Amino acid sequence: MLELRNVSRTVGADKHIVDVSLKLERSTSNVLLGPTLSGKTSLMRLMAGLDAPTSGTVFMDGKDVTGMPVRRRNVAMVYQQFINYPTLTVYENIASPLRVAGKPQAEIDKAVKKAAELLKMAPYLDRTPLNLSGGQQQRTALARALVKNADLVLLDEPLANLDYKLREELREELPKIFAETGAIFVYATTEPHEALLLGGRTATLSQGRVTQFGDTTEVYRRPQDLLTARTFSDPPLNVIAVEKTGERFAGPGALSFSAPPSQLNLPDGRYHVGIRPHRLTLGHGAGAAPAGGSSSASFEATVTLTEVTGSETFIHADFGKERIVALVHGVRRVDAGDRVRLAFDPAHVLVFDERGTTAGAPTALAA
Amino acid sequence: MSAYEPSSHGEQRIPASSHSEAALGQRERAKTGHFRLKIFVPIFYILFLLIPIYWLISLSFKPNQEIVSGLTLWPQNFTLDNYRVIFNDPSWYETYYNSMLYVVMNMVISVAVALPAAYAFSRYRFLGDKHLFFWLLTNRMAPPAVFVLPFFQLYSAFGLIDTHFAVALAHCLFNVPLAVWILEGFMSGVPKEIDETAYIDGYSFPRFFGKIFMPLIASGIGVAAFFCFMFSWVELLIARTLTVTDAKPIAAAMTRTSSATGLDYGVLTAAGVLTIIPGAIVIWFVRNHIAKGFALGRV
Repeated sequence: MLELRNVSRTVGADKHIVDVSLKLERSTSNVLLGPTLSGKTSLMRLMAGLDAPTSGTVFMDGKDVTGMPVRRRNVAMVYQQFINYPTLTVYENIASPLRVAGKPQAEIDKAVKKAAELLKMAPYLDRTPLNLSGGQQQRTALARALVKNADLVLLDEPLANLDYKLREELREELPKIFAETGAIFVYATTEPHEALLLGGRTATLSQGRVTQFGDTTEVYRRPQDLLTARTFSDPPLNVIAVEKTGERFAGPGALSFSAPPSQLNLPDGRYHVGIRPHRLTLGHGAGAAPAGGSSSASFEATVTLTEVTGSETFIHADFGKERIVALVHGVRRVDAGDRVRLAFDPAHVLVFDERGTTAGAPTALAA
Repeated sequence: MSAYEPSSHGEQRIPASSHSEAALGQRERAKTGHFRLKIFVPIFYILFLLIPIYWLISLSFKPNQEIVSGLTLWPQNFTLDNYRVIFNDPSWYETYYNSMLYVVMNMVISVAVALPAAYAFSRYRFLGDKHLFFWLLTNRMAPPAVFVLPFFQLYSAFGLIDTHFAVALAHCLFNVPLAVWILEGFMSGVPKEIDETAYIDGYSFPRFFGKIFMPLIASGIGVAAFFCFMFSWVELLIARTLTVTDAKPIAAAMTRTSSATGLDYGVLTAAGVLTIIPGAIVIWFVRNHIAKGFALGRV
């Protein structure tokens, strides 16, 4: 088990990591999710021991390893850039950690062949990394991480520089491959859907802080606060300021909807509701009455931009001061400047109080 | 300005089809003229550069009598006597050995010292690192003559005068900064993540440096060593001042212009030819790496 206890790292005046406490269990897959510069890499470097924390302690299996140099720890790391030893062949690249450990040749050979087989690098063992495609280079790096049989495997956005198809392929294989080793598997990514696909547990990061850590689906469905919800939403979460009086929420414009049962007993006052873009549906023309009866809410917004991605359409619209993104199915022809009616089911909204703490989240499988 | 405008506009108005043939011919002529110019410029350039070298080689195959008696474009009385003199006279051929010895010593010392220094400059941030890096380079900005007297006095005190080591060490003042500068460029081209990956794999620093890092910057080491060679091989002033006979360099021997029989043009030019050869060989070997150094902006 890897435990970070109140770990911080400050470089000059920049706070890279602020008071992070995490417990990562063996044989689990953990995702660090956050936008660029949120501290994913910094946190990984602290976990690996490449950097020392400014304050706080790191425990590995109950042992304090805070000041221990990285080469004495049993960790493996794969970077976003394809990092291999350019002068060595793929075989020697993969074998490198075993060679340093002084393993017998027969054992090295067996382990390298097995890792190469798993990562489909067997035909390229005699080449040097620079004669490989990007995907193959990254596979080489992954094989080197795999062969080491490390206690802690850190993958820092390993698929970010690969093309779409390769990414899909490797993302499926990776958790399976590393699950067998019994290692603590840590995967950093900027993409919420990648976290959801990997499953396991997710820690959301924002500006060097871990905002929430828990089961991935749980974090997604019930974010503790607005920051976590924003981090774990792509396209960005739509946030609208509302005021609760009695059983109804009233927002800007004519937006008004009755609070779903789980939020009925919230005290009256100001709130923010978060609506995920895919929860918004396009109503039937501007001004038309919202379909779906009393449980549905809708508002009118001015379209600023539409993006069609084959089977889906992103509609960017202005609603008062807020910028709204809706992800709707099918190809919709909406021009900039058009007024559209966007509808949502109040049962699906996240409600945050004024400090950004979650006051109400959808129950069941709603989110 | 206005005088040019009509003509340029006029040309544009002419329909392309009616004058296309004439235009084509004109362009063709312009092209061949341009082509000739393109070829002649480098040809002349190379000729002018090569004439002195040709003259040197040509002189070295002429007997002294032919050299002083008049102008001949190539050796009329071809002879190898000049070379024979050099290869048979220890006071000549030993100077080659001396030069080679201190040049190689200097290359080894400079690169060995510059490697860790360049690594530090490329990988770590420390107080005043940029100033120190620049200060190192300023050592090269002073002419060697500035250092002749201090070197001579200092090395006399330590009894180093007339040793190969003295010259090798003195040249380090100029070569170490250059080697650090070149190597730093090559090292900074290697991502820091490679170092980290090696540490993660369990490499110790010396093992990583020798097995992973040095092969990666092999070109840089080659280029740095080459520039050390270049400077040390051609440097005359310090080498001559710090040596008497035991470590006398070839460049000093060549400036020994007068002998009992007067000026020995033939032998001196033969010595010159023999001095160019090692440099030419070294350049041949590092030519590809130097291109890489240029690409890094460090040569």
